[in-house]
Amino acid sequence: MHCGKYIKSQTVKLCIVVLHIDGIRSPLASRCYSHAKVETDEEFDARWVTYFSKPDIDAWELKKGMNTLIGYDLVPEAKILDSALRACRRLNDLASAIRILEAVKDKSGPHKDIYPYLIQELQPTLIELGISTPEDLGMDKL
Amino acid sequence: MLFSFRMLATRALSLVGKRAISTSICLRGGHGVAKVDDYALPAYFDRRENPLPDVQFVTELSAVQKSLKEKEKGSWATLSNEEKIALYRISFKQSFAEMNEGTKEWKSVIAGMFFFIGMTGLVVLWQRKFVYGPVPPTFESEWKEKEVQRMLDMRINPVEGFSAKWDYENKEWKK
Repeated sequence: MHCGKYIKSQTVKLCIVVLHIDGIRSPLASRCYSHAKVETDEEFDARWVTYFSKPDIDAWELKKGMNTLIGYDLVPEAKILDSALRACRRLNDLASAIRILEAVKDKSGPHKDIYPYLIQELQPTLIELGISTPEDLGMDKL
Repeated sequence: MLFSFRMLATRALSLVGKRAISTSICLRGGHGVAKVDDYALPAYFDRRENPLPDVQFVTELSAVQKSLKEKEKGSWATLSNEEKIALYRISFKQSFAEMNEGTKEWKSVIAGMFFFIGMTGLVVLWQRKFVYGPVPPTFESEWKEKEVQRMLDMRINPVEGFSAKWDYENKEWKK
C-alpha cells in the first residue's frame, strides 16, 4: 500500500491511498485525524494515583479530584480509589471516604459486578483505615 | 465660555482631593464592599455526578458533633457504626440511596391521563347525541343491499377484488 498523489481541491485536501490487490487498483481515502498522543489506561491511572497521593493534599483538591473523576465515563480503578481513601484519612474525613464508595457503586450503573470486585480489592485498605462500607452501615437501604 | 468650563472642571477635581465628593467606593472608608448574598456563596447540593459538594451540610456543629469531629482525627476503627453514620450526616444531607429514590409521581401521571381520556370520551358521547345530525340514508341496510347489487352488476374489481368474490352462477358469495 503506497500513498498516491495529493489532490488539492478548493476546500478539502485529500490524500488518495492506492491499494494494490492482485493488480487491481482501488482508491481509498484516508481520514485526517488528530495526531495528538492518546494517554494509555496505565498513564491515566498513574496520574490520578499521584494526584491523590500528594501528602499535603487539601480538602478542596480532594473534592475537585473526586468530582472530576466521577465526571469521566469510567469507573476508577481500585488503586486510584485506594489513593483517594488514604487522602481522606490524611484529611480526617471519614464521611467523604464513605461517600466515595457510594459514588463508585452508583457510577457502575447496571454493571452490578464492578462494585463487589472493587470492595474485595480494597478490603485490606478498608480494614487498615477502619472505613466501613455503606452496606455495613445500612446506608445503601432507605 | 471655554475658559469657564475648564475652571468648573478643575474646581470639581480639587474637591475630590478634599474628599468632599465620594466618587468611588474606596473613599467610603471600607464600607463600600458589596453585601454577599447567600446565593453567591458555595452551596450544598446532593447530586450523583458531584459526590463531594463544596460545603458540609451541617455548618453549625453542636457540642456532641464537635467532639465527634475530634474523635475522627484518631483511628476510625474505634468509631461505632452510629458515630460513623453521624459523621456522614454532618457532611451530607442525603445518602446516594436516598437521593436516587424515585417519587410516586408516575401514579399521578397515569391517573391524570385516564381522567382526561375519560373526560374526552364523555365529550364525544355528548357530541354524538346533541351536536351531530342524523346519519345519511346511504347507511341503511336496504340501501346498502341495493348498492352492493349495483356494484356487482357493474362488475366492480372483477379480477381480484369485489366482484371476483361473487359467484355469478350460483348468485352467492364464493366460499
